[in-house]
Amino acid sequence: EEALGSLRAGVATLEVAMTTEPAAVAPSVPSLVDRYFTRWYKADVKGKPCEDHCILQHSNRICVITLAGSHPVLQSGKTIKSISYQISTNCSRLQNKVSGKFKRGAQFLTELAPLCKIYCSDGEEYTVSSCVRGRLMEVNENILHKPSILQEKPSTEGYIAVVLPKFEESKSITEGLLTQEQYEEVVGKRITATTATT
Amino acid sequence: MFPLTEENKRVAWLLLSTGTCPRCIFRFCAVDFQAPYKLPYKELLDELQKFLETEKDTFILEAPNPPLKKIRLQESGDGIDNLSQNREGGVSVTEDGSIASRNSYFNVCNVCLGVLQEFCEKEFIKKVCRKVETSGFEFTNLVFSVSFPPQLSVREHAAWLLVKQEMGKQSLSLGRNDIVQLKEAYKWITHPLFSEELGVPIDGKSLFEVSVVFAHPETLADCHFLGAICPDCFKPAKNKQSVFTRMAVMKALNKIKEEDFRKQFPCPPNSPKAVCTVLEIECAHGAVFVAGRYNKYSRNLPQTPWIIDGERKLESSVEELISDHLLTVFKAESFNFSSSGREDVDVRTLGNGRPFAIELVNPHRVHFTSQEIKELQQKINNSSDKIQVRDLQLVTRNSAPWGLEGAMQESMKWFPFVQSTPKTRKSKDDRLIKSMEDLKIDQKTPLRVLHRRPLAVRTRVVHTMETDYVDEHHFRLHLKTQAGTTNPSYIKEFVHGDFGRTKPNIGSLLDVTADILELDVESVDVDWPPALDD
Repeated sequence: EEALGSLRAGVATLEVAMTTEPAAVAPSVPSLVDRYFTRWYKADVKGKPCEDHCILQHSNRICVITLAGSHPVLQSGKTIKSISYQISTNCSRLQNKVSGKFKRGAQFLTELAPLCKIYCSDGEEYTVSSCVRGRLMEVNENILHKPSILQEKPSTEGYIAVVLPKFEESKSITEGLLTQEQYEEVVGKRITATTATT
Repeated sequence: MFPLTEENKRVAWLLLSTGTCPRCIFRFCAVDFQAPYKLPYKELLDELQKFLETEKDTFILEAPNPPLKKIRLQESGDGIDNLSQNREGGVSVTEDGSIASRNSYFNVCNVCLGVLQEFCEKEFIKKVCRKVETSGFEFTNLVFSVSFPPQLSVREHAAWLLVKQEMGKQSLSLGRNDIVQLKEAYKWITHPLFSEELGVPIDGKSLFEVSVVFAHPETLADCHFLGAICPDCFKPAKNKQSVFTRMAVMKALNKIKEEDFRKQFPCPPNSPKAVCTVLEIECAHGAVFVAGRYNKYSRNLPQTPWIIDGERKLESSVEELISDHLLTVFKAESFNFSSSGREDVDVRTLGNGRPFAIELVNPHRVHFTSQEIKELQQKINNSSDKIQVRDLQLVTRNSAPWGLEGAMQESMKWFPFVQSTPKTRKSKDDRLIKSMEDLKIDQKTPLRVLHRRPLAVRTRVVHTMETDYVDEHHFRLHLKTQAGTTNPSYIKEFVHGDFGRTKPNIGSLLDVTADILELDVESVDVDWPPALDD
C-alpha cells in the first residue's frame, strides 16, 4: 500500500504559505507518477532516432509503457490520425484477455514486442514497443477514441499499455534502460548535436 | 433399593463371572434410573453378590456356556492357581461354593476398563477439581466432557453379543439402544460429585469446559481386526493420528456381521490388567467478544500488522494497540480482530470512529462490570495518542453485522484533500459537484493492487459530494459512499483517476488534473455496536 504520508510536510508548508500570501501558488508537491513510480527510458527504440519510450515502474513491479516527452509524436505540429493495436494480420493487442489473480491467458511480450502503431497526418508511422519483458495486462483503449489524450497527457491518461514482468525479473528488466538523469543527458547531447550541425 | 429383578439374574451372573463390574451389569440390564449407579462401589458389589448367591448352584449345573466351563473347571479344583494367574483378580467361585472376588475392589472391568470404577471415585473427582481450581479460570458453571478410548466400543459390542445370546435363551431380546450408554452412566455418577466439589452447577450451555481424555494402551490392538474387515471405514485423515477413531469404529461395528465379529474377538472380552490412563485433564473457556469504535489519528499506522516477506514495516497497528490491553485483562490466549471495513495506513479515521469486534480466545477472566470496562477503555486511550476507543462493551458471538451478507447497507463519509491544476472555478464547480447524486463510477482494478488481484471493472457509487475550498488550487471534498468491505480507498483512485482507469474521476468531472494529498474517513455510519453514554 502506498503512503501519502510523505507529503504531509509539503502540504503543511504549502498551507502556511497560502495563508500569508493570498495569491495562488503553483502546486509544488510531487505528482502521482513521481510518488509511486520510477521512470525508466529507452532512447531511439529499434534504432529509430528520437523514438524514445518511458517506462513507469510501480513499486509493486507493474510497468506502464508510455511515450517519452522527446518522442516525435509529442512534438508540436504533429497530429495523430489514428492508433492501431493490430500489430500483424493475426495478432491484435486488443484481443488480450487476462483472468484471475494469476492473470492467465496474457500475451507474453519480449522487450522488442510491438504494442501499437501510431499513424500521423503527415504520413509518418511509429511503432511503440514494450521495452520490458513481461505479460500484457491491458492496453489503453481510451486513446483509440481520443488520440489527443496521448499528446496532452502522455505520462498518465495517455499511456500505451500495462505490463506485468515476472516476479524474478522485476529488477533485471530495467537493467538495459536509462535512468531519468541518463535520459536527460542523451536528450541534451542530441540538442547540442543538432545545434552544432546547423 | 436394589434394581435387578429375577429375569436379570442369569445375565448378571454371567457378566459378573466373566469380569464385568456391577455398574456395567446395571447398564446391560437396562437400569435407566440414576440412584443405583450412585451407590458406593463396595456396597454395590456386596449387594450384587448377595442377590446372586442363592442361585449359584442352579447356574453352575444348568449353564453350559464357555465362560462357565472355566468356572466348573475351577470348581473341580484343577488349575485354580493357573486360572487365577491368567485372569488376575478375576471373579472366581471359591471352593466353598460362594461367589466372591479376590481383591474384588480392584478387578478391572472388562467392559468399561475402570471408567465406572476407579474413575467414579471421590479421589479421582478431587484430582480433576484440583486441576480446575489451579487453572485460574473464572467460571460460574461448567460443562464436563469426557472422551473414551475407541476400543471401549468394541468391548461394549462384544458384551452386548454375549448378553443378547444369553437373553435369547430366555426368549428375551436386547437392542443396542436398550443398553444404558457408558457416557450417560458416567455422567449420572460424576456430575453431582463435580458440582458439589466445585460449588457450581453443571450446565451443557456453559462456556467453561473441563475435559478428560482416557486412553488404554494395553488394549490398543482391540480395534485392529476391524481395519482388515471394513477397510473402507478407516480412511487416513490428515489431522488424525490413528485411523481408529471412535466414529470410524462405531461405523465398522454397525456394518460387521455378528459371526465375523465373534470369530475375531472374544465374547466376553478378556479382562485387562490395568484401568484406563488419564491422557489429559484440560480446562478451556469459550471465546468472549468485545466491541467498540476506534479513531485512528496517525497516517503512519496500519490497521493490522504490516509484514512483507516476514519483515515488519511499521512497529505497531490499530489491532495491537487495542487488543494487547484486552489480552492482559481477560488473560486470554490469543485474539481475532475484525472491523467494519478498513483504512489504508496513511488514512485517518475521525468522527465517531470505525466499529470493531475482538474475539478473545480462551479467556481466564470473563466477568466485568460496566465500570471495569470503562476503565479498560480509559487505559487503552491513555496508552496511545495514535488511536482512541469509544463504546467499548462485551457483546455476544456473531453479533457484528459485517460478515453477514447483505447486512451492510450503511454508508461511509470520506474527507479527501484535493489539489487541482489548473486552479478550480469555485462557484461553477461547486454547483456541478453538488448536483451529482448516486454517481456511478467504473473502476478498473487499481494499478497499485493489480499485481495481486484479478483485473476487473467494478462499479462503485458515490452518494453525495460537497466541496470545501482552501484556496484556488486546493479543496476538501465531503464524500458519502457505500460502506463495507469494498476496496478501502477507491476514493484515492476516484480523485486522481489512476491513469484514467477510474471513470469518471474528479479530474474528468471538473476538467482539471486532480491529485489527492490527504485522506480521512469522516465517519463510518454503522449503528453497531450501540453507542454508550460517557
